[in-house]
Amino acid sequence: MRLEILNSGYNFGTKVLFAFIRIVSGQPVPDAAKLGFYRPDFYGAIPFTHEAMRGPSAWSVGDRELMAAFVSKMNECEFCIGAHSAVASSAYQDKAKVAAVLSDLETAPIEEPLRATLRMLGKLTRNHGVDANDMQAVLTAGVSREQIEDALAVCFAFNVTNRLADAFGFFVPDPKGMEAGAKYLLSRGYR
Amino acid sequence: MATEDKKRILHKATVTRVLDGDGRASHAQRRAAYDNAVLAEPLSTLVNKVAKYAYTITDENISAARASGLSEDELFEIIICAAVGQATRQYETALLVLEAVTQKE
Repeated sequence: MRLEILNSGYNFGTKVLFAFIRIVSGQPVPDAAKLGFYRPDFYGAIPFTHEAMRGPSAWSVGDRELMAAFVSKMNECEFCIGAHSAVASSAYQDKAKVAAVLSDLETAPIEEPLRATLRMLGKLTRNHGVDANDMQAVLTAGVSREQIEDALAVCFAFNVTNRLADAFGFFVPDPKGMEAGAKYLLSRGYR
Repeated sequence: MATEDKKRILHKATVTRVLDGDGRASHAQRRAAYDNAVLAEPLSTLVNKVAKYAYTITDENISAARASGLSEDELFEIIICAAVGQATRQYETALLVLEAVTQKE
């Protein structure tokens, strides 16, 4: 990463943990996970992200991971597109569906409420804002207010994470590394 | 006003911590980065890129900020403030629009 403190500025116990993870998983600890261990008293967005991605919601884990991948696509964040496409594909057990959404939202084989929600999140991310018509369209598609609030929380989490990934320069693992990370995020969440 | 759920409370805590919590960068610097307000160069360019086009950030943007005398921990905090600030403006804007639209129903 571009700041040396994020590569090597961890205490002894954390360095031992990183080494242990590397031995068990056969992969280095992804930079996104490392960041969570650097001064968590300052950044500490992990509880928010875990709640948004794995807390109670009418959206499935696959839907929320797809939203994360889609927001990352809008922000052109290579690390997060790869990481969360892998988690969404695994959660849905459907790689083609995730690829179709990222390639063309309008023709992808998904339900209309999810499509309308992704459309709104995409505009919010690209244009930094939405208007009443954009929001009304999501409600008209049959999405509840609570579901919209949940989707906006996912959007917030990834609008932060995408920026940090690109500013700090997260290393983009190969597909095998992405798969290992996806397996961990599906079984353990973001804690 | 919508009931404040767990996520809204956790979001507020994140914002409060990066702006007002213990840190190496000054509170004024963190606030300016959060607001994407005017800062001296080269920090201004870096903060604006974090807020608006993070995918265009280069090694040179970071090394220029470091060369201006900022420590890595100060930069770490300033970048996080810029990211949380922009994401929060978008989040809060959308929640306000949602509230206005659902109140009319």
